[in-house]
Amino acid sequence: MKRIISILMENESGALSRVVGLFAQRGYNIDTLTVAPTDDDTLSRLTLTTQGDDHMAEQIVKQLHKLIDTIKVVDLTQGAHIERELMLVKIKASESDIRHELKSCVEIFRGHIIDVTPQTYTVQLAGDSEKLDAFIEAVGEMGIMEVVRSGVSGIARGEKFLRV
Amino acid sequence: MELLSGGEIIIRALKDAGIKHVWGYPGGAALHIYDALYRQDDVHHLLVRHEQAAVHAADGYSRSTGEVGTALVTSGPGATNAITGIATAYMDSIPMVVISGQVPLTKIGQDAFQETDMVGVSRPIVKHSFLVTRAEDIAETIAKAYFIAASGRPGPVVVDIPKDVTDPSYKVAYEYPAEIKMRSYQPSDKGHRGQIRRAVQTLIGAKRPVLYTGGGVVLDNASEHLIALAKILNYPVTNTLMGLGGYPGTDPQYLGMLGMHGTYEANTAMHHADVIFAIGARFDDRVTNDLEKFCPHATVIHIDVDPTSVSKNIEAHIPIVGTCNSVLPEMIGLIEQSDSKPDSDAIAEWWQQIDQWRADQGIYTASRYEESSGNCIKPQDVIKMLYKVTEGKAIVTSDVGQHQMFAAQYYLFDKPRTWINSGGLGTMGFGLPAAMGCKLAFPDCDVACVTGEGSIQMNIQELSTCSQHNLPVKIINLNNAALGMVRQWQDMNYSSRYSESVYEESLPDFVKLAEAYGHVGMKITHIDELEEKMRECFAMKDRVVFMDIDVDRSEHVYPMQMPGGSMRDLWLNKTERT
Repeated sequence: MKRIISILMENESGALSRVVGLFAQRGYNIDTLTVAPTDDDTLSRLTLTTQGDDHMAEQIVKQLHKLIDTIKVVDLTQGAHIERELMLVKIKASESDIRHELKSCVEIFRGHIIDVTPQTYTVQLAGDSEKLDAFIEAVGEMGIMEVVRSGVSGIARGEKFLRV
Repeated sequence: MELLSGGEIIIRALKDAGIKHVWGYPGGAALHIYDALYRQDDVHHLLVRHEQAAVHAADGYSRSTGEVGTALVTSGPGATNAITGIATAYMDSIPMVVISGQVPLTKIGQDAFQETDMVGVSRPIVKHSFLVTRAEDIAETIAKAYFIAASGRPGPVVVDIPKDVTDPSYKVAYEYPAEIKMRSYQPSDKGHRGQIRRAVQTLIGAKRPVLYTGGGVVLDNASEHLIALAKILNYPVTNTLMGLGGYPGTDPQYLGMLGMHGTYEANTAMHHADVIFAIGARFDDRVTNDLEKFCPHATVIHIDVDPTSVSKNIEAHIPIVGTCNSVLPEMIGLIEQSDSKPDSDAIAEWWQQIDQWRADQGIYTASRYEESSGNCIKPQDVIKMLYKVTEGKAIVTSDVGQHQMFAAQYYLFDKPRTWINSGGLGTMGFGLPAAMGCKLAFPDCDVACVTGEGSIQMNIQELSTCSQHNLPVKIINLNNAALGMVRQWQDMNYSSRYSESVYEESLPDFVKLAEAYGHVGMKITHIDELEEKMRECFAMKDRVVFMDIDVDRSEHVYPMQMPGGSMRDLWLNKTERT
């Protein structure tokens, strides 16, 4: 099953490469990866998604925790959580009926058209990965030129938080 | 506060970290460091002949003493030559700091002369690594490196230092940190109290228990606690290859080594056990054989300092994350306080069964091989002779292959840190430089490197290092003119097609070679001269002696687990199996 693993680590050079290296070394796949400094700029928050059963997820969490730069690791899929991914899609939109259809589709998915040319629309959409997949499926026929996805960010629901 | 250059700070920080010896090899990017080394007397440097040997020697020093080993190499080829040594230490959890010179910061990324991304190359085989970018950071980084290397599950740490950071003309205030605190790294040693209680109850209730102990007991200096635990319970003990010496090899409760070339009694007892207590061992594939068939009746209790080792290969029913040194005494205390006692009838019955296995097929009671006669010297008999001549008190290092297994089987190690081998990575060429490290640490102790003509040639240049630094080790070369373990597998699995495993007439005259390096060489071809020559060898306390012993070329290591089988599925010799 899909796992969303969140890591709080020292914002130091080499820290990210250790995480990526670990996955390659232990034979795990990374489906998505996103990393950025937190409000405390000495810390980085890294979220990655991977596939694996409970045993594998437990090993991954333990292995990540073993990295010296890692402060906290949590498998968000173990509990209630929110996931969001940002997507930018450039779509061929030169004919007016396509432009109309696309516009209504974007509204249905609560996205925004953020760039317009006579030939193209660029759409911004946020949501969980399934929603983004659904949008791509819905507009697929119209001629997608480019898709950029940020990878999943996640946060636990309720009172739980990941902080030093 | 004193003002020092980066190079001087490195050496001073080593001194303040308590480091007395550094093994290494200079080169361009490390020259400022070497100049600082020249201008002081606190840190003693030993020049090797190849960087791999520097790391193995630091490793041998660490394994025999328990201290952190240190190696110093230059950038590029110096750093990459060190890699095999670092990987060896990593696999066996040996605490070590490797300092590598790097091209100047201004040149990094420009494919400069002797540039290698050492932090990148070494990443998968280090516990941690640092690239130091300011002279001001050197002292703290070195202190952190030693702290990380030695604590938790130990391992090698690389500190890569660009040349301009060690510039002699740039001086900064030197201060060695009194204490290291890292918010991201706080290894804990205490096991979970509730789990420890559960483990004790399960252990006391066992009817067919085995204590399966590994390198963690040796690394953690927990041998005495293990012995105490085994004695109050009267339970049998088996050691992994890395755990040898952690429990006395001559003790009646000792079953010998377990695993691929483990004893019949150890492997069979494991298979039938109802409780297996793994202490600082990691269920390596060379121990378990087929995981599906592993010990079908056993409840597994597992202590390990590294949570990732627990339930990695074999699910632990009662996992305890903690050090042997902390958890074992706690367990002993609980056992002593407990109202319930082990079922002495069941344990007596278990011992009766084990004694029967020992009598039938025990490695020291049943004949695993035909005895030596005339010019047919059996390698096993050489190890037995080594044990006899050194009275079981030598530090024995080994290389990798058949000789390693024979040494593990037939030299009975009574003390921890006296059996020094590359168990995890299986690095040929480890034995001689590791022996140098042991000899440096224990100049009054006999240090024997058990090797083969294949392995010894992988770092034979270190015979020169032994001369320069007066390290009179003894080399016991089991010469069968072939890569014995490779050939054994080719015999068993490839219809004796000896693909590239024999040397034909190409081997050097090891006696002359030893003499060329200024040492003593001996050639032994007849069993009758073995004892006398070996006594002569060990009587020469201040000389390196290279004993080149022609051994039976057809000998195999037995017992040997059958691939895809359970622990007890063994070849007992070339024709018999369980």
